[in-house]
Amino acid sequence: MSGAKILDVNQLTMRFGGIVAVQELSFSAERRKITALIGPNGAGKTTVFNCITGFYKPTGGTIRLAHDDGKVIALERLNDFRIAKQAKVARTFQNIRLFPGMTVLENLMVAQHNMLMRASGLTFLGLIGAPSYRSAEQSAIDLATDWLKRVGLLDRADDAAGNLAYGDQRRLEIARAMCTEPALLCLDEPAAGLNARESAALSELLLSIRGDQGTSILLIEHDMSVVMEISDQIVVMDHGVKIAEGTPREVRDDPKVIAAYLGADEEEAMAVMESGS
Amino acid sequence: MDYFAQQLINGLVLGSIYGLIAIGYTMVYGIVGMINFAHGDIFMIGGFIALITFLILISFGLTAVPLILLIVLLVSMAITALYGWTVERIAYRPLRHSFRLAPMLSAIGMSFVLTNYSQVAQGARVKPIPPLITGGHTLHESADGFVIQLSNIQIVVVITTVVLLAIFTWLVSRTRLGRDMRACEQDQTMAALLGVDVDRTISMTFVIGAALAAVAGLMYLLYYGLVDFFMGFVAGIKAFTAAVLGGIGSLPGAMLGGLAIGLIETFWSAYFSVEYKDVAAFSILIVVLIFLPTGLLGRPEVEKV
Amino acid sequence: MTALSTETSLAKRAAGIPFILKKASLSALVALVLFSLMIGIRTEAGPDGQLTYWTRFGELASLVGLVFGGSIVIELLRQWIGPTGAENLVPAPVQRGLSFLGRYLAPVLLIFTILLPVIFYDQRYILDLAILVLTYVMLGWGLNVVVGLAGLLDLGYVAFYAVGAYSYALLATNFGWSFWICLPLAGILAAFWGVLLGFPVLRLRGDYLAIVTLAFGEIIRLVIINWQSLTGGPNGVSGIPRPTLFGIPLDNSDDGLAAKLGIEYSPTHRIVFLFYLILALALLTNWVTIRLRRLPIGRAWEALREDEVACRALGINTTTTKLTAFATGAMFGGFAGAFFATRQGFISPESFTFQESALVLAIVVLGGMGSQLGVALAALAMIGGFELFRGLEHYRMLVFGMAMVLIMIWRPRGLIGHRAPTVYLRKAQAISSDLVKEGHG
Repeated sequence: MSGAKILDVNQLTMRFGGIVAVQELSFSAERRKITALIGPNGAGKTTVFNCITGFYKPTGGTIRLAHDDGKVIALERLNDFRIAKQAKVARTFQNIRLFPGMTVLENLMVAQHNMLMRASGLTFLGLIGAPSYRSAEQSAIDLATDWLKRVGLLDRADDAAGNLAYGDQRRLEIARAMCTEPALLCLDEPAAGLNARESAALSELLLSIRGDQGTSILLIEHDMSVVMEISDQIVVMDHGVKIAEGTPREVRDDPKVIAAYLGADEEEAMAVMESGS
Repeated sequence: MDYFAQQLINGLVLGSIYGLIAIGYTMVYGIVGMINFAHGDIFMIGGFIALITFLILISFGLTAVPLILLIVLLVSMAITALYGWTVERIAYRPLRHSFRLAPMLSAIGMSFVLTNYSQVAQGARVKPIPPLITGGHTLHESADGFVIQLSNIQIVVVITTVVLLAIFTWLVSRTRLGRDMRACEQDQTMAALLGVDVDRTISMTFVIGAALAAVAGLMYLLYYGLVDFFMGFVAGIKAFTAAVLGGIGSLPGAMLGGLAIGLIETFWSAYFSVEYKDVAAFSILIVVLIFLPTGLLGRPEVEKV
Repeated sequence: MTALSTETSLAKRAAGIPFILKKASLSALVALVLFSLMIGIRTEAGPDGQLTYWTRFGELASLVGLVFGGSIVIELLRQWIGPTGAENLVPAPVQRGLSFLGRYLAPVLLIFTILLPVIFYDQRYILDLAILVLTYVMLGWGLNVVVGLAGLLDLGYVAFYAVGAYSYALLATNFGWSFWICLPLAGILAAFWGVLLGFPVLRLRGDYLAIVTLAFGEIIRLVIINWQSLTGGPNGVSGIPRPTLFGIPLDNSDDGLAAKLGIEYSPTHRIVFLFYLILALALLTNWVTIRLRRLPIGRAWEALREDEVACRALGINTTTTKLTAFATGAMFGGFAGAFFATRQGFISPESFTFQESALVLAIVVLGGMGSQLGVALAALAMIGGFELFRGLEHYRMLVFGMAMVLIMIWRPRGLIGHRAPTVYLRKAQAISSDLVKEGHG
């Protein structure tokens, strides 16, 4: 696995009972790049995400993640929280999963749980109010504040997350994922339900995350304007297998991709072709 | 071996009673997703009503046992079913779309109400009745003189359970009501849109569950010859254990779980110690849930992410 | 849905008196059938074991009449208040006023509680009742960590109360260790049992967890009843040593506190001491809980209650997080148990039934899940209310059960229905309980 790749998925297979959701899928994502995973509904994209982020245990295949320091982690062997904690893979969800009864700021503090937990001496230092914990908490608040500024939610910091508008919730979820300081950020349809202006802002945000933080991004998205604009690399899936891979330009002109979309959903196929013209 | 066979019979009979109660838990859980904590007390009320009806019929000079049994069965089923309906109407329906803990607390409150209502109304002392069904059959007699007995009352319990289960299975799988119940179980909003009267269907679920609990109450009364106001609690927990063990929401599972709990309890009492029979039943519940979190026949829960 | 129900209630309103009468008659008819055998006939076993019965048609008639009248009143009230539903019974401005009052209520209550033994020094009954209320406040605060913060439904909390009580009783009677050594041990042992139970079962969700904790509570009680050589079985443990003030007993002996201080001995001294002891324990529970909420572990508990999947995606070890909540709650339960044992001087399995678990859970839910002040108020209301009906014996539990049902219908989210944030940038705003989740576990 070369240094340029952060994620290498090899022969990934996921079966549910008799149904094969993902079949021998191989692709890789490059470091500091945005890789998009697209395909018609039911192509198995979210299943791939769930395998990468440890919510499903793959039936077969390997998923390798390489950190900057050269450490390689076999994601298929880690389960649930360890992928976020040790492998530093953060994710968002198709149907937003915030902590609705907690404030916006609290949501971002929870994201820094592991760092704060260490700083609080597994709670005991924190309980007696040790200064080292206080400074750690302050820096956590500072990091959260930075992200709130970047996603434009600073004014809402003390509001309940559940009270935010839909688009704000999407951005908060990305900010929360970024507060874990991930090596790889996996976004499951971040533009779903956003209007054109919000989509454009999202594109900008993702580009800045790639540029400023140097975070690699893996993206599932149906909004082709976002995908074509920001992706460095696109992987196209249909019925659980990869049907194409390449730069936005290459994918756009691939007849197999157009066929897959036409077969599945005319509207989306039109979107692919329009964004190509 | 003979001892084992005898315990097997005893365990199956006890299990039938638990199974009948467990169906009420599992039905309600399947359709409204709550533990009906008051169901054990509904069973107890069923036992009391059966007892009182018996007394009245006997004091009227009725002697034909089958006729008495039939009348008692029908009366206790009818009145207990009304108890089930009322409990749902008062304590659960207003909380149908509320937070999950509210109906549970309300159910625990209702359970206290029924227990103490029955204590206030009928006194705290155990109420015995003379055995109504006597006699039995010797199935096998071994050389060392051990006898496997199958008493008539055991036969009555098992036959009643089987007949009721047959009727009940038909009701759920073949009738309009059964279809409505299954529809509500899947998706209440959709069912309502398709013209299912959700309120009525849920009410009927409670009515049927309570009627089956009344049968269990009657069987308990016949089998043990007594009722008391506190019997609903332990029987209720065990029947709920049975429902969970079988896989909550699954009707055959409830019966299977009931039989399993009955057998575990009987065998544990027979071979180990009577004192720890309930501990055994609860421990097995915990162990089963750890290794088989959705019970024996429950559908595995796929986590939606 | 809402529009529909408004429409029907409008229709009901228009229907007027005939409708009300019809409804009341129906209720009375249902009541008649329900009560016919249970109230109308009274059975009792005679001296020779033979069951006899007599009729009570007078009582039956008056009860049915009561239901008839009662449903007319309820229906009239419902029409008078309108279709808003019971939840909005308290108008919004009043609710805001209450929450404003709430800010000052806690300190006022605390000061009153601290001064209570001074005010009611001569009234043993009030002091005893106050100790009882404070015990339940502490139990409520302990369970609140598990149910209110972490959102794990524990129906067997009394098990840890029992473990604490028996740990203290057995350690103190068998080894003669002092209260101040046994108290932390009782808490640690209870926490240990919490971990032991929690470890295998905490991956169960929702009602499965509820029933397993219930089963665990029953197992502990049954083992206590049956392990006679250790626990004394149903007879319990008696002669449990009273607590001492750092080695100085509070009795009438020459080494007693009264003798040392040179004042006249009074049994009230011990009561007052017990009062401040449980107050200190309860306040410790409260302080620790409030601190923990603001630490990462406490935030993780609440996050777990809100969305477990999201927690895992953020790298939070949900198993250990749940375990710490369970163990913390169990530890406080154990402390309360040790206190209970030393206060009573005698414990038996009867004190640790499911009813206790239900009572403590009711206190937590009625208080408003997660709210410390709410739990304290709920404990006061529940135990105080319970005490009001002391003379009624069996009716007491009947009334208690009815109250539980009515309270849940009236306020499903409890008395204090908002959540205070644990950290803020500019201004702490209370979060409406409609947003706060209650967990799956």
